[in-house]
Amino acid sequence: MSGLDNIREMMRRDKVFDFVEQKRLPFTGRRVVIPGEIDATHGPILYLENISVSFDGFKALNDLTLYINDGELRCIIGPNGAGKTTMMDVITGKTRPDSGSAYFGQTMDLTRMSEYEIAHAGIGRKFQKPTIFPQHTIFENLELAMAADKHVWPTLFAKINAEQYERINEVANTIGLTDLLYETAAQLSHGQKQWLEIGMLLMQNPRVLLVDEPVAGMTHQEMDKTAELLKSLAGKHSVVVVEHDMDFVRSIASTVTVLHEGSVLAEGTMDEVQNNPKVIEVYLGE
Amino acid sequence: MTRQPFIVDFLQNDKGGKVFISILLVLMLVVPALNLLVPADSFFHIPTYTVTLLGKYLSYAMLAIALDLVWGYCGILSLGHAAFFALGGYAMGMYLMRQIGDRGVYGNAELPDFMVFLNWTELPWYWQGFDMFWFAMIMVVLVPGLLALVFGWLAFRARVTGVYLSIITQALTYALLLAFFMNELGFGGNNGLTDFKDILGYDLQADTTRASLFFLSALFLIITYFLCRFIITSKLGRVVVAIRDAEDRTRFIGYKVESFKLWIFVLSAMIAGVAGALFVPQVGIINPGEFSPLNSIELVVWVAIGGRATLYGAALGAVIVNYSKSYLTAAFPEIWLFALGGLFLLVTIFMPKGIIGLWNQMRLKLQEKKQLTTENKIE
Repeated sequence: MSGLDNIREMMRRDKVFDFVEQKRLPFTGRRVVIPGEIDATHGPILYLENISVSFDGFKALNDLTLYINDGELRCIIGPNGAGKTTMMDVITGKTRPDSGSAYFGQTMDLTRMSEYEIAHAGIGRKFQKPTIFPQHTIFENLELAMAADKHVWPTLFAKINAEQYERINEVANTIGLTDLLYETAAQLSHGQKQWLEIGMLLMQNPRVLLVDEPVAGMTHQEMDKTAELLKSLAGKHSVVVVEHDMDFVRSIASTVTVLHEGSVLAEGTMDEVQNNPKVIEVYLGE
Repeated sequence: MTRQPFIVDFLQNDKGGKVFISILLVLMLVVPALNLLVPADSFFHIPTYTVTLLGKYLSYAMLAIALDLVWGYCGILSLGHAAFFALGGYAMGMYLMRQIGDRGVYGNAELPDFMVFLNWTELPWYWQGFDMFWFAMIMVVLVPGLLALVFGWLAFRARVTGVYLSIITQALTYALLLAFFMNELGFGGNNGLTDFKDILGYDLQADTTRASLFFLSALFLIITYFLCRFIITSKLGRVVVAIRDAEDRTRFIGYKVESFKLWIFVLSAMIAGVAGALFVPQVGIINPGEFSPLNSIELVVWVAIGGRATLYGAALGAVIVNYSKSYLTAAFPEIWLFALGGLFLLVTIFMPKGIIGLWNQMRLKLQEKKQLTTENKIE
């Protein structure tokens, strides 16, 4: 490149400087960690370490340590009150831990971010009870969830472009609601609402999906479909599923984590976990 | 998706809006014409008294639309919205007071009468600038907007919702009521601001001024409608309804719910302020009574009766209730409040979606019937 070209390259407005873009320091080749960017190069994407949460003396989480790998599909099981939902609350910023640390990648401290910031960073959450916008159409539900600038003024003047339109249709297709795209969400069946909520998570392009009881109230056919859907999402996303239905867990999970009284009791494949004497004790009593 | 002219695009799927805007446009032109151009003894003549009364209703309608924006669409039941209306009214009233000049009872060119009466010697700092119309008009939107901003920022950030929010809004308007009753505050105390003479040099008692004020009320109501319609049909409007229906969901898909609530609340307060500013020159007085908690509750009744989350429904409710109020307070002064209470009960029990909701329901039923009969014929 001639000197002039070099200068031109430097002046281009649509491009930042090469060395920034590569995110590697010159000479040493070490990665530059940019604040606000997910760094999952060490394997795990979610780091929960020594987390404790107590409500009025009741320890919902007790020194919980858990790592979720990038692209993994992980099931979390445990009896009622084991702290599954509280764990999700901590990850999504709804509940602040009394002690311990929660990191998203290596750089983002979840305990210091608010709910919407965490959602922006790339963690999507499906609630236990299907929560959608009943008065809006399926299309609008997906549109609202779509990754975009979600500040007030840009939202006021937001218009859907062809690409986004395409994306909404694509997701609607994935969750099998293409035919109902312009119906209000209130008319959907329970299972369809569950799917719509998963679809809304997908619209956010999250790195991590937290899915709380996705098959509650579903028929067997619907369950199979949901299992397919979640399995297809793993790899591109990390998927954390909290579920009671053991058959369902067996059908999707490679790794299962058992929570009990706010901390991890066992971790492994479904078979390992099921044969673990401690797990048997917790589930079946003495 | 092609771009269409502004107004066509807006009203395309808004049948009620079309009717509403058409009625307003007709009123805007016909009422002043029938008042000013038709001789007083003619059957078609509209007396100035009626013109003013209609103008008053229109400013109430605007206030109702402002409340519908936050309550109907965002689910924030503000029981203190009349406070913003009153503040806008006071800002306008202060301008009108300064316009009186030395024509007051005490003939003081600088100080309004009540200040002379209190033995004040100079104008308080917060009355400065209100002799200029543009300044007063900025204050009409700025003061309610600022109050809503501070109040909303505190309330929404602390995640105060539902009944608790309603109660503190009620407390807000009550606190303002008590404050404005104090003479020392410098807003005329109990009597408020009154005895206005003219606005922008035009005599407030003149028929032409009255007709112009009516015209402006209708115009601003139309502008308000378009503005609100633009907002609720935008993506922001959908976010706001989403907040109403599933606040947590909205938060977890990445919207900062507090900011949206604050934005819509402040805008609504500003609209209420403008409505108040249109109300005061037509009614000729603004006093602390406008801050009365009862006013804000009545306002909620208007919107509920008309039909929430339709905008024009709120306007319709405001006009219907206020018309019956004018009629009933004259005919049966004792039962007016009972009538209002009864109306509210009937509406919440039998027409949860208000008059507009009932109308839509009936239309649907008629359509179904028609369909059934045609189907029968085919068979």
